[in-house]
Amino acid sequence: MATELQNLQDLRHTASLATKVFIQRDYSEGTICKFHTKLPAELSSRIERTLFEDTVKTLNNYYAEAEKISGQSYLEGCLACVSAYIIFLCMETRYEKVLKKISMYIQEQNENIYAPRGLLITDPIERGMRVIEISVFEDRSSTGSSSSGSSVSGSSAR
Amino acid sequence: MIPKKVTRKWEKLPGKNTFCCDGRVMMARQKGVFYLTLFLIIGTCSLFFAFECPYLAVHLSAAIPVFAVVLFLFVMAMLLRTSFSDPGVLPRALPEEANFIEMEIEAANGSVPAGQRPPPRIRNVQINNQIVKLKYCYTCKIFRPPRASHCSICDNCVDRFDHHCPWVGNCVGKRNYRYFYLFTLSLSLLTIYIFAFDIVHVVLRSVDSGFVNTLKETPGTLVFLCAISLTVFSTVVEVLVCFFTLWSVVGLTGFHTYLISLNQTTNEDIKGSWSGKNRIQNPYSHKNIIKNCCEVLCGPTYPSVLDRRGVMPEDLSVSAPSGASDATATTNTPVPPNTKTTAPLIPNEHTPDEAKPSIATAQKNTASNPKEEKPSSPRDLSPKTPAPIVVKESAH
Repeated sequence: MATELQNLQDLRHTASLATKVFIQRDYSEGTICKFHTKLPAELSSRIERTLFEDTVKTLNNYYAEAEKISGQSYLEGCLACVSAYIIFLCMETRYEKVLKKISMYIQEQNENIYAPRGLLITDPIERGMRVIEISVFEDRSSTGSSSSGSSVSGSSAR
Repeated sequence: MIPKKVTRKWEKLPGKNTFCCDGRVMMARQKGVFYLTLFLIIGTCSLFFAFECPYLAVHLSAAIPVFAVVLFLFVMAMLLRTSFSDPGVLPRALPEEANFIEMEIEAANGSVPAGQRPPPRIRNVQINNQIVKLKYCYTCKIFRPPRASHCSICDNCVDRFDHHCPWVGNCVGKRNYRYFYLFTLSLSLLTIYIFAFDIVHVVLRSVDSGFVNTLKETPGTLVFLCAISLTVFSTVVEVLVCFFTLWSVVGLTGFHTYLISLNQTTNEDIKGSWSGKNRIQNPYSHKNIIKNCCEVLCGPTYPSVLDRRGVMPEDLSVSAPSGASDATATTNTPVPPNTKTTAPLIPNEHTPDEAKPSIATAQKNTASNPKEEKPSSPRDLSPKTPAPIVVKESAH
């Protein structure tokens, strides 16, 4: 029991000690939500460049899909306007649908690619869409991959 | 802390806002002018419904009151939507992110000799082949995204900040600009409508006055006369209110229509960001009036990034103070005290006092003062300045 508690505290300690890397927004195309795809130097030893770029590009595509101005968004906008936006009380906007897809995608990427490497992506919506926060867990060797896995499940639960 | 009771995230938000309905409704602290707006709209409309509508429905058409009711409901819906929604507040940086940015700035600036002022915290980004400066916000500890600005009244950085409107009791920004515009547009229509039918009503009555005069001569019509004078009184009040609202609100609608067609914000217009004297053109504009209008009015509906109703994770309140003590920066310490406030009904009432040190230190650092004050100028715009805008508009 006591050792278990000790373990948990260790885990929390490692979690709070993890360095964090922040991927900034790319504003070159205006204020649409888009992130830089360049792999930061801190992560170069942890993950392959193509894997990382794939993840960020997929995320960027999702955001582009959400913010695209098309016939569908016009229709949604006009319909909502006619109903004095009361329709949004019972209808999900397109953006919200895409956000759900994004959080599913991030969870899946965390489980399959990032957690085994001791990394963890935080959904940008939790950081105000300003950054992609990637937590780097330091001592993987001592606690083993299982600890990083459990810490992943603990923090993705919230 | 009472067990079982969950702490929602809105209770810990550091800005100067008030929340109702467990975080569903978000407004600025000062709401006096908002109540005045409500009073004027509801008061004028109820006078119109009570005294003019019955007469007009009988003598002209039943469609007049019906349309007025529809318009009135739309105005109210837009007003409440503007006032009660999150204008697009950008959450402040968590200690780790703030440290990360701080380190980046230090790395970029190199070593500054002691006693010398560090260079201003500005980051240049290229947007559609146009260089735009991003300023560092000392309160929110972030580089403000393009078009964002810090509202000095609400003490939040707001995305695509337009202005702080005391009449609606909220900031106007990315998430509620469209509602605000529709509010001003429908309110102009409503005032014109009521004003016009007040005049029609007076004209019809004076045509009928021969009939009234005959009634006057017959005895026992004192009650009827009282009703007549009450109607006259209400008509005068309505005409006066409508007359003064008409100019300011119609002017404001015209001004915002102009801004929308150029895809500008009031803030950018006042600062003259894209006025052309610096040969900088608005990089956000599509150079097409219709496309700009469509983007602003029918673009995607952005979600709120605050997650106000989200439940505060239990372990965060435990780990936050330790995290802050790990962090070397002294400016981070004012953040954790917020986690200790337990004021469910008068939320954030404690925060300003605790946040003050952070603001004070921020202001000591460098010239953040002018930056913080700048956004306050747009605040003054909507209360009384619609008229000056009209003057400016018509002067051209």
